[in-house]
Amino acid sequence: MEKLIRFNALWVYLAASPLLGLTMTLVAYLVALQIYRRFRFHPCANPVLIAVVILIVALSITGTSYKTYFEGAQFVHFMLGPATVALALPLYKQWNNFRRAVLPLLLGLLAGSLTAMIVAVGLAYELGASREVMISMAPKSATTPIAMAIAERFGGQPSLTAVMVICTGIIGAVSAKFILNWLKIENHAVRGFALGVASHGIGTARALQISAEMGAFAGLGMGMNAILTALLAPVLFPIFLR
Amino acid sequence: MNLSSLAVLLVFQCLGEGVAHLLGVAIPGPVIGLLLLLVAFHVVPSLARMTEQTCWAILQHLSLLFLPAGVGVMAVLSRVREGYLAISVGLALSTMAAIAAGAWVTDRTMRWFDPESADEK
Repeated sequence: MEKLIRFNALWVYLAASPLLGLTMTLVAYLVALQIYRRFRFHPCANPVLIAVVILIVALSITGTSYKTYFEGAQFVHFMLGPATVALALPLYKQWNNFRRAVLPLLLGLLAGSLTAMIVAVGLAYELGASREVMISMAPKSATTPIAMAIAERFGGQPSLTAVMVICTGIIGAVSAKFILNWLKIENHAVRGFALGVASHGIGTARALQISAEMGAFAGLGMGMNAILTALLAPVLFPIFLR
Repeated sequence: MNLSSLAVLLVFQCLGEGVAHLLGVAIPGPVIGLLLLLVAFHVVPSLARMTEQTCWAILQHLSLLFLPAGVGVMAVLSRVREGYLAISVGLALSTMAAIAAGAWVTDRTMRWFDPESADEK
């Protein structure tokens, strides 16, 4: 018992500095990655999902708040910006393949983006969600900063949107393989693109693990949907909310 | 990972943030930075060769970077009291439908416009 109290005091001491949050994030990721490898990169063993569960359990057991955790984890979070910029490289490498397929990609983008918004809002409405939840949900297939900005502008709840964006990413990364196999779509470019449009960076991370081509098209889908969602939201929202 | 490549990425992120702010658009700075760097790669191809290794090193662990935001689920879930069903069903079905619709339309139109490339795997 005394040992437990000492451990607790030590934990409180360590948690006070950003070191602990940062270390926990890296260790949880490495554990999740090991599990993902053990399951031969099966989509259901998604490393984001597993690592997030490990971290939430660890924080709950030790009674550490999200705020305290994020003080350390923010250094990892910050790297999302440079990583998004780094997607320019796979896009550059696939440039000739994009040019050959501009029109199909634009039409696919429009189909994926509209489906994501309309089905989400429609289902939420049918199932009796509040207006605030509906607005927060609509932009969830776009990348986090853009989805949050849109939710905020139209009266949603940005923090709820951020969570929905992450869940959308994980759902897409886990389910894409089964849906695309069922549709008998084998082309890596098409598979990656649809995944990027529907589930942004987390889908792109999954696509990059399969092949560089799939990752590049996913990055392209993510970037294009970020822009399209920003353009479509002001047009669609007044229709949704009537 | 090499330091000058990391500097290139940060410089382009700064440029992107700057442009987003100046134009007052809702498009995130890093996405504009991505587009600017893509243009720069075409203008100066040696820049792509220089940054290649670092870009892959970062992208290889893209999943890691989503963890802090993912753990945020914890902070929000305790506040959402109702609408669990609407939220989870809405998120799951709309995401799966979007993947199916996006892939189906891209695949069919690709076959229509360029049958040769559509059959590549």
